[in-house]
Amino acid sequence: MHGTSLLEIYVFVLAGFVGFFTITRVPSLLHTPLMSATNAISAISLVGSLVLAGADRGWIPTLLGFVAVTSATINVVGGFIITDRMLKMFRRAPRAAGEKK
Amino acid sequence: MTARTVLIEAAYLLASILFILGLRSLTIPDRARRGMQLAALGMLVAIVGTLLNHEIVDYRWILAGLALGSVIGYPLGVYVPMTAMPQRIAISHMFGAIAATLVGVAEFYSLGNGGQVGRAQMAALGFEVLFGALTITGSFMAFGKLQELLPSRPVTFPGQNVVSLGMFAAALVLFVRLVVDPAHPAAFYAMVALALAFGVSLVLPIGGADMPVVISLLNSYAGLASSATGFAIGNNVLIIAGALDGASGFILSIIMSRAMNRSFSNVLFGAFGAAPQAS
Repeated sequence: MHGTSLLEIYVFVLAGFVGFFTITRVPSLLHTPLMSATNAISAISLVGSLVLAGADRGWIPTLLGFVAVTSATINVVGGFIITDRMLKMFRRAPRAAGEKK
Repeated sequence: MTARTVLIEAAYLLASILFILGLRSLTIPDRARRGMQLAALGMLVAIVGTLLNHEIVDYRWILAGLALGSVIGYPLGVYVPMTAMPQRIAISHMFGAIAATLVGVAEFYSLGNGGQVGRAQMAALGFEVLFGALTITGSFMAFGKLQELLPSRPVTFPGQNVVSLGMFAAALVLFVRLVVDPAHPAAFYAMVALALAFGVSLVLPIGGADMPVVISLLNSYAGLASSATGFAIGNNVLIIAGALDGASGFILSIIMSRAMNRSFSNVLFGAFGAAPQAS
């Protein structure tokens, strides 16, 4: 195993810990928006698809890359819009509570 | 290191920081919307950084894909009643998993159908397509159940555990065989097919009420698939975002099942004998 891939494992494990400790305390109100937002983030595989669709490796990889870019974009765009709509809805509640005070 | 590489890596680092800050803010009600915007900005930075990659010679297919994806994704997000949100998350999830799986398949194919794949890279590619493929069908089943295309009650049949575990074991055997000797296209594609079938049998026996937990768990699998992509193509932002997503999705599914007063292992292994008694 060469040095780079060992370093990649370090990055993976440490980022996993960050994710773990970031999420441990989340109010149940935010479960669904958080799920939706992490869903949008998981479409980061778009980054890999972009290279695939643009690189010159023959028509099959390009075609697969094109389909992958399309799918990942659907996930990113749809995911963030859904999250935004949910959070927009939630924002009214704390404001209304503030006005009552 | 050329100036271009430095710029790309800087963009990826910035994107990773934005993802972490975004996730953090998303756990605080007042700052949740801001957090989502940070995460979206991170995604944009990662995309722009990637477009500078020297391997990209032709932008036509990229632009076409981005445009087509936006055209399909926008109505998917906008014209949906709030009550239908979980299934929309599931279907949007399926598309993300398709992307991860296709990247893995294309990578395997373009490296001489496994001929030029090293063992470590094969392990990464194998994880990627395994998690990706089972997330595709799993998410689709979750969508089908919530949309009531499929019966939302747990679907079980005699010998189901044996069939599911058998498929899983067969996929693992193929995976190990591929890591030992990557130049076996037939084994690779058979493994993808088995993972697709396993995704169906994983979600089929789980009831509709437990679907949010399942979707969150599939989210975690998709994150792990992205991370494996990062290992396969040596891309740090994929590894970081995927690991963040994998860990947070997993924790979130545990928290959610606890909030719903359901045992996590029952939701997970509902098919393995416990579902009827639990529900």
